[in-house]
Amino acid sequence: MKIKNIIITFVSAIAILFSTSVVSLAKVVGDKIILGAAISLTGKYSSNGVHTQNGYNMAVDRINSMGGVKVGGKTYMFDIIYYDDESNPKRAAQLAERLISQDGVEFMLGPYSSGLTKAIAPVTEKYGVPMVEANGASRSLFTKGYKYLFAVLAPANLYLDVAIRTAVELNGGKGVRIAQAFEQDAFSQDVRLGILDAAKDTGSKIIIDDKLPKELNDMAATLAKVKATKPDVLVVSGHTKGALTAIRQIAEMKVDVPMLAMTHCDAAKLSKQHGANSQYALCASQWHKTLTYKDDFFTDGMTYDADFTKEFGYAPPYQAAESSAALLVFKDAFERAGSFDQKKVRDALAATNMQTFYGNIKFAEGGQNVDKPMVLFQVMCDDAGKCENKVVAPLKWASAELIHPIPKWSDR
Amino acid sequence: MDFLIFQVPMLTVQAVLDGLLLGILFALIAYGMALQWGVMNIINIAQGDLVILGGYIAYFMYLYGIHPAWGVIVSPIIMYFVGVIIYKLVINKVVDRDLFISILATFGISILFMQLMNFAFGADVVLANSGYGTTMLFDNSVTLPNSKIFSAFISIVFAIGLVIYMKKSKLGRAIRATAQNARAAKILGVDTEKVYAATFGINAALCGVAGALISITFTIHPYMGLPYTIRSFMIVIVAGLGNLPGVAMSGMGLGVFEEFADYILGTEFRIGSVFLLLVLILVYRRFKLSKKREYLK
Repeated sequence: MKIKNIIITFVSAIAILFSTSVVSLAKVVGDKIILGAAISLTGKYSSNGVHTQNGYNMAVDRINSMGGVKVGGKTYMFDIIYYDDESNPKRAAQLAERLISQDGVEFMLGPYSSGLTKAIAPVTEKYGVPMVEANGASRSLFTKGYKYLFAVLAPANLYLDVAIRTAVELNGGKGVRIAQAFEQDAFSQDVRLGILDAAKDTGSKIIIDDKLPKELNDMAATLAKVKATKPDVLVVSGHTKGALTAIRQIAEMKVDVPMLAMTHCDAAKLSKQHGANSQYALCASQWHKTLTYKDDFFTDGMTYDADFTKEFGYAPPYQAAESSAALLVFKDAFERAGSFDQKKVRDALAATNMQTFYGNIKFAEGGQNVDKPMVLFQVMCDDAGKCENKVVAPLKWASAELIHPIPKWSDR
Repeated sequence: MDFLIFQVPMLTVQAVLDGLLLGILFALIAYGMALQWGVMNIINIAQGDLVILGGYIAYFMYLYGIHPAWGVIVSPIIMYFVGVIIYKLVINKVVDRDLFISILATFGISILFMQLMNFAFGADVVLANSGYGTTMLFDNSVTLPNSKIFSAFISIVFAIGLVIYMKKSKLGRAIRATAQNARAAKILGVDTEKVYAATFGINAALCGVAGALISITFTIHPYMGLPYTIRSFMIVIVAGLGNLPGVAMSGMGLGVFEEFADYILGTEFRIGSVFLLLVLILVYRRFKLSKKREYLK
């Protein structure tokens, strides 16, 4: 009995010791700046969660190996505490609380997806913890008046805006007829709002406006309507599932449409899973390796692509690139603030105006990045069936010429 | 715009055919559910997850260069044993208990399967390409993917096969006897334990076939099982228990109803309208039942 008591006392003493030492591990210890992040390492977002984590880790290693962060004449190294949010918004919010109030983290990196960022933002806002996020694009994140939220990516409503404007341009400036199908989730519905704005601006007409259920696995009805009405542009957004379903059924039903624009082609590994059937699809992307932005850490997109592939064994999707960019933004802000005071860092973040390999970064009042346009790439395949994504719009960044209209199925 | 279907008559044909093909596939999953619900009085929440697991078997065959259509043979064989193992480990402990307990147990199995599949296969949405091409009717105005026709055909073959098996084979007769009265069957020498295991195995095998078909017609993902569970549940509710031809009819009926709801009300009301129909049918049943009781008094 006595021994048992001693053991219990001993264990609790160690536990108390650990818990206090964790608290003292807060934010900046010795030469370390500790950032916190809740990431989806399991659950339905785990693939993209891992891309996000790899992007963060790649940037941490790079910045640390290139001299770290210099604040007030002293050099600091980045470190990140990760927790797995299980792709669950409630869990993400709890973990944000834990990172801030138990682990004492004073600066946060964002999770993956708009939904989880929405769950975490109120928490970081409550504690006045600056958060730089790279994977929450939903417009509603930037209209809530958050002061401590900064997103390096372009908001969701701009994703396919370029596609509509390009279609109008190719139509001699006249409005086009648009058919659209969007999943009923925060992100896709924001993309839809962007299309509505673009249509209004350009005098285009929306002739089909389908809202796909979340458990979407069949778009046959929407595509039959498209066949019957023959629109100029078909726009689809429904995460990877939407992209894969759309390409499969468009090919099977032989739907001829002059322009097909989508989101999440990258994440869906469209050309790998569908081969030549995915050819000519236009895809919205936050980043592409051929863009010519530059910085001192990753040099440019091509170098980033090569380095990332060497380290992780697969080509970086844009989710990884934007995550790496978030760290560059933090480093820049710390150095300009010259302090670890949360208010000062927040103000320095708000004044960010820089170029990274991922694109220019400058935050608007709401926290979204307004200095980086979306790009569109088109899936192009050669005769052997090998497919590649080539940037076709905006023209400034284009590495190939847009193929328009898409050849009919009978000629392919 | 909403009534495009009335302006373009060919869309009606397209909607009916799409709905039928989709409905037949769903009916196959519901078939398994009706069978084990009838025999064991268990509502299997993990039904959809068994379907997805079956889909992954076909997908991995496709990855290793085997045509995924062979999945309709390999997948049910593997899934039969998966079903029997699940029965031996979990279901046999809840089979005579309250319906609520069995729902909880299968709900647990469902979560476990989702997480295990996510862990083993990753969270990417995947599919298997059959390369079957397309059938075009009426001068290319109605298109039917051959993979969907193939799915419907295979579903019908398995459904008919099952009906014959239940009628003719010894085990089939034992299953039907157990469904009618488990106690009496036991007294007359039927090994109900074995019957239950076989029933659950057959259900899992049917899910395996359906999963293989879904991997070549739609997409699969570890977390996509629940919609299939709900859909088959609905089909069984509409058809009534122990009514296998009814399951086929209600599957196809719901499929067509859903397609028309999509064209007339809009895609966003597609699922909602099916649920509304379910509620109406339940209310109607209740109404009829209450009438009957009054009459008997």
